[in-house]
Amino acid sequence: MDSADSSVAITVRGLKKSYGKFAALRGVDLEIREGEIFALLGPNGAGKTTFVEILEGFRHRDEGDVSVLGIDPDHQPMALKTRIGIVLQSTGMDRYLQVAETVAMYSSYYPHPRPVDEILSLVGLEAKRDERVLRLSGGQQRRLDVAIALAGNPDLLFLDEPTTGFDPSARREVWEVIKNLRGLGKTVVLTTHFMDEAQYLADRLAVIANGQIVAEGNPETLAGRDRMLATVRFSLPEGVGPPAQFDLVATANHAYEVKSTKVTQDLFDLTSWALGAGVDLEDLRVDRPTLEDVYLELTAGAADAMKDQS
Amino acid sequence: MLENQLKYVNKAFWRNPASAFFTFAFPLMFLVIFTSLLGHHSISLSPGHSIDTSTYYVASMAAYAVISACYNNIAIGLSIQRDSGVLKRTRGTPIPSGIYILGRLLHALFVAVILVAITAAYGKLFYHSSLPTGVSLLEFLIMLVVGSLAFCALGFAITCAIPNADAAPAVVNASILPLLFLSGVFIPITSTAPSWLLWIARVFPVRHFALGMDAGFAGATFNWMDVVIVVAWGIGGFLVSAKFFTWEPKR
Repeated sequence: MDSADSSVAITVRGLKKSYGKFAALRGVDLEIREGEIFALLGPNGAGKTTFVEILEGFRHRDEGDVSVLGIDPDHQPMALKTRIGIVLQSTGMDRYLQVAETVAMYSSYYPHPRPVDEILSLVGLEAKRDERVLRLSGGQQRRLDVAIALAGNPDLLFLDEPTTGFDPSARREVWEVIKNLRGLGKTVVLTTHFMDEAQYLADRLAVIANGQIVAEGNPETLAGRDRMLATVRFSLPEGVGPPAQFDLVATANHAYEVKSTKVTQDLFDLTSWALGAGVDLEDLRVDRPTLEDVYLELTAGAADAMKDQS
Repeated sequence: MLENQLKYVNKAFWRNPASAFFTFAFPLMFLVIFTSLLGHHSISLSPGHSIDTSTYYVASMAAYAVISACYNNIAIGLSIQRDSGVLKRTRGTPIPSGIYILGRLLHALFVAVILVAITAAYGKLFYHSSLPTGVSLLEFLIMLVVGSLAFCALGFAITCAIPNADAAPAVVNASILPLLFLSGVFIPITSTAPSWLLWIARVFPVRHFALGMDAGFAGATFNWMDVVIVVAWGIGGFLVSAKFFTWEPKR
């Protein structure tokens, strides 16, 4: 851990959970710090929801240690519930209550609720306060979900796939709300299978596959993404042969690429050659693996491991 | 917390056209239809005791109203809430399960009492049916409260057997409608009824509860055994719910 000074919100050690013969979690270790937005990425069935629901107190673990805000969810579920807010995958709420009534009802369950109007302005639903829930759009209902989760003024929020099934503009709405939570100093644990969501929102993330954490880090450096080989790509005009001194791979008509360990040097050599030969390097660009490339590689490995086992 | 909960359950109940209509308006509609069509006849429920059919229907529609407000309302309402994730969401907040359930239960009791009061007032105004007084009022109220709670408990119990919200009305109606007919709620059971039918009526709680309502409105004899049987079913319903009730959708 690089910043030992920030205190820890969640600690998980050796967490295991099985459903019958199926091992959903096979020894998870993880630490989530206070005030960060932490994303848990993984394909469907990887164990994301099981993991989060154990932290929330919905499910009981088979083995391992779990501490959430210093509380063991299995031993003091009530104490934990007063300090966390949960946004579940499904958006069930009473459709006939108004927006403000809904938040007020959930507020009444908590010892130290946050004022209803303050919550509504945090999620941008002030204008809808007297609207019945059934008249809200998908994005607005999701924001109301977040509002309900904020009702008890929690220190920690769990968001389980907050934008699955949403159109791009509704996703944006929800993202902005989540991003704003950072300003309140809340710790946010988010599960998702969207790379762009993790990249946009998360301070740190972990990839879970086949019941295990296969990588952990920040979106820029996950699994050494920043240190992976860059690829230099370009095309040449017709009738121009490629320079001989590079280890080039031809990918299409007149298009070439080369893996580069020293991008600056290689680019200099390449452009020097081009200028000397009077050749224009069309669509010259340098690509690094995207978060999605890294993710697919990580989870593909786990999928193979799963196949080997069965 | 309970007071707040009641307030919101109540708001949501009246604003939902399905619950306000099927739970509240339906029994009152039947009351008007039955008394208008079949009133002003005389039937004999027990030898030597003959009453006006309108009085009979005031009593049995009061019974139906309670069953609708408690059993049907709780079972269908909870199935929808469980399916849509409302119950799971609630489970993730610090409200004690007992308070949440008590809120539902007290609200159902409240709706049942209003329905019975309207039914009684209607009978008194248009058909001069009698109202319970003195000791029989007390007995009637005991049966009303005990019956309401028992049918709520049975509503919670049947919810455990309902697979999803779509199936809820079907399961609820399939379980209660035949019993309402077999227990003489819609059609009076006379001495010519076959004995197998009487046995079914004797085993299940609907008939016993309806008899308690008859005692209040139609001057039939109040029988504590009816209360005992209704209580027994209520306890059974409670035990089944305590063991099998789930807060998460069944998938």
